[in-house]
Amino acid sequence: MSDLNQNFFEKITYRDALRLAIHDAMIEDKKIIIIGVDVANYGGAYGATKDLLKIFGKERVIDAPISEPAIVGAAVGAAMTGLRPVAELMYVDFFGMSMDQIVNQLAKVRYMFGGQISAPLVLRTQGGTGRSAGAQHSQSLESWIMHTPGLFLSMPSKPNDAYHLLRHALRIDNPTIFIEHKLLYNSTGYLDKLDTNFSFGKANIIREGEDISIISYSRMINFAEKAAEILNQNNINSEIIDLRTLNPLDSKTIIKSVNKTKRALVLSESNYTSSVPSEITSIIFENCYRILKKPVIRYTAEDTPVPVAPNLEKNYIPTIEKIVEYSKKLCN
Amino acid sequence: MMSNTLLPELYTTMKRIRSFEERVGELFIKGESAGTMLHLSTGEEIGPACVGTAMKEQDTFTTHHRGHGIFIARGGDPKKMLAEIAGKKDGYCKGKGGSMHIADMKLGHLGANAIVGGGIPTVVGAGISYKYLKEERVSVAFFGDGAMQQGILYESMNMASLWKLPVVFCCINNQYGMGTKIDNAVGYKDFSKRAESFGLKTLHINDLDVENAYNKSREIIEDARKFQPGFIEIECYRFYGHARMDKSPYRNDLEETEMRKLDPIDYAKKELIKNNMLNKEEISEIDKNILNEMDEAMEFAIKSPVNDENEIFIDVYSEKDPLPISIDEKINKILSN
Ligand SMILES: Cc1ncc(C[n+]2csc(CCOP(=O)(O)OP(=O)(O)O)c2C)c(N)n1
Ligand SMILES: [Mg+2]
Repeated sequence: MSDLNQNFFEKITYRDALRLAIHDAMIEDKKIIIIGVDVANYGGAYGATKDLLKIFGKERVIDAPISEPAIVGAAVGAAMTGLRPVAELMYVDFFGMSMDQIVNQLAKVRYMFGGQISAPLVLRTQGGTGRSAGAQHSQSLESWIMHTPGLFLSMPSKPNDAYHLLRHALRIDNPTIFIEHKLLYNSTGYLDKLDTNFSFGKANIIREGEDISIISYSRMINFAEKAAEILNQNNINSEIIDLRTLNPLDSKTIIKSVNKTKRALVLSESNYTSSVPSEITSIIFENCYRILKKPVIRYTAEDTPVPVAPNLEKNYIPTIEKIVEYSKKLCN
Repeated sequence: MMSNTLLPELYTTMKRIRSFEERVGELFIKGESAGTMLHLSTGEEIGPACVGTAMKEQDTFTTHHRGHGIFIARGGDPKKMLAEIAGKKDGYCKGKGGSMHIADMKLGHLGANAIVGGGIPTVVGAGISYKYLKEERVSVAFFGDGAMQQGILYESMNMASLWKLPVVFCCINNQYGMGTKIDNAVGYKDFSKRAESFGLKTLHINDLDVENAYNKSREIIEDARKFQPGFIEIECYRFYGHARMDKSPYRNDLEETEMRKLDPIDYAKKELIKNNMLNKEEISEIDKNILNEMDEAMEFAIKSPVNDENEIFIDVYSEKDPLPISIDEKINKILSN
């Protein structure tokens, strides 16, 4: 984060894009505070809030005790009474203990109280495999949130999207659950703070193609991009759709793409059953069934907990080779 | 009087814990560990040694993520522990759990947990079982000072007290939760008072006298066996970073140097010599044997094979149930339609 005032970065890490987004939003809006375990002194377990304590002080960047349900609940209360908290759960797996506050409190505040009030907060967290962090620190639990009305859900794969989605979440009146991926923090890409193309709730067509639509989000986008290159050498031209937000979900872009390619593979790092791909597959079937040449394929992690052994963990999630294999079979 | 001392045994246990953790560090440096989320008990050996030794063979326990030392004190086999930390087939959990999830039902280890506070209510349930089944067993939950801030601890303490369960809550207070010093995590720092207010019998250890800590811990555990649940806090200092990647930039060198002087192993060694319990040669002999034991464990872990790919699907449900169908099989079936 060399120059905070710079508007364009050719290459920035996902981590720094997030830091910049929080930083810029905090400059603009004095009501924003950060609260979470090790967010201040330590700078966040994955460094996304590094140095913000130095810049904004301990009234706005608050280290909390390891009391996740109360961290989320207190953020809800602060949001209801005039502040705009960025609460952090160090791992998405801590949804487990925090779910009452997220689902029964946060998501319901506006509706249950007849629209009198909203809880405009952002709950940042991260998930996913790749560090042998084990069954309780590696899950992908986005479907729990997507299943709950009242919560916006962002899962960016690129620094530019991470920045703009976070800035957007810190301007709106709805609560946003913002799920990052532990292996994306060091990934790089461009950032254009003045990006006029960015539109909230709209999926990003990362690569245009005619033969097959690969629909995904978060880290799996990188896998899809690598698979697309290999497929290209095999004369299969894939279209990659990065959903970026799961609520709102850009069904329009999905349907339009599948109507063109007539084939779809929905890719995710979560478990298979009752997953985000399950939902997207239904949408595709409901809207494109006349035109589909092949069944829609959901390619996800196995329906088991996450194993710690590196050799098992690697094959637990989708692989690039298999994305290529299934795509080829779909295009046969 | 001297012959009744347990200090040589307690010293040996603490030394074994320290040597074990050194090998965990080595495993990581060699690139043989499964991941980097390895939390060492170095410097904190007094807690595992005194409470672990005070427990009886039939007693059970859960631990937090920093649980290697506790399991060593409860008879854990360094070979199978290191193999687990390496994510190998011969590990306690077939390499599927890793450092933060070592468990062994045979030795009463009901599981290490990566959710701060996650394993605490387990001992309440164990207490219900033992009381109902009329088994003379105590279950001990080990956790860090960080878990003192989790609501579930207080729900558990109240149940243990209400139902008069054979349960002990044991807080290993190493002054930090990751990068957060305890003073920044609690408004009022008297943990015993909290436990007392629930009706638990309490013990606060804040020195290096491991034998005294052992004797007092035994009283708490034996009272629990008679259905007076208890709480033990052992103050110590986390000598290294939170996990292997953490260099503790949030605490200063002076503090580390000063606090590392409070070394329970050095202290016990001096006591042993001063009181003529063991001489220097005898201690060196103990140390040498421990090093050999840990060398063998290291070799065992490195040589242990990795799992077959199919291991992913095993243990999700009982062995009487069918294995979950792999995604590959599901997709290929759909594609072949
Ligand atoms: C519910 C939950 N919150 C946060 C974490 C992340 N985390 C892992 S260990 C740790 C610090 C725990 O401190 P303490 O309980 O004192 O144990 P220590 O590491 O000091 O042994 C934190 C915050 C977690 N694993 N679980
Ligand atoms: Mg601690």
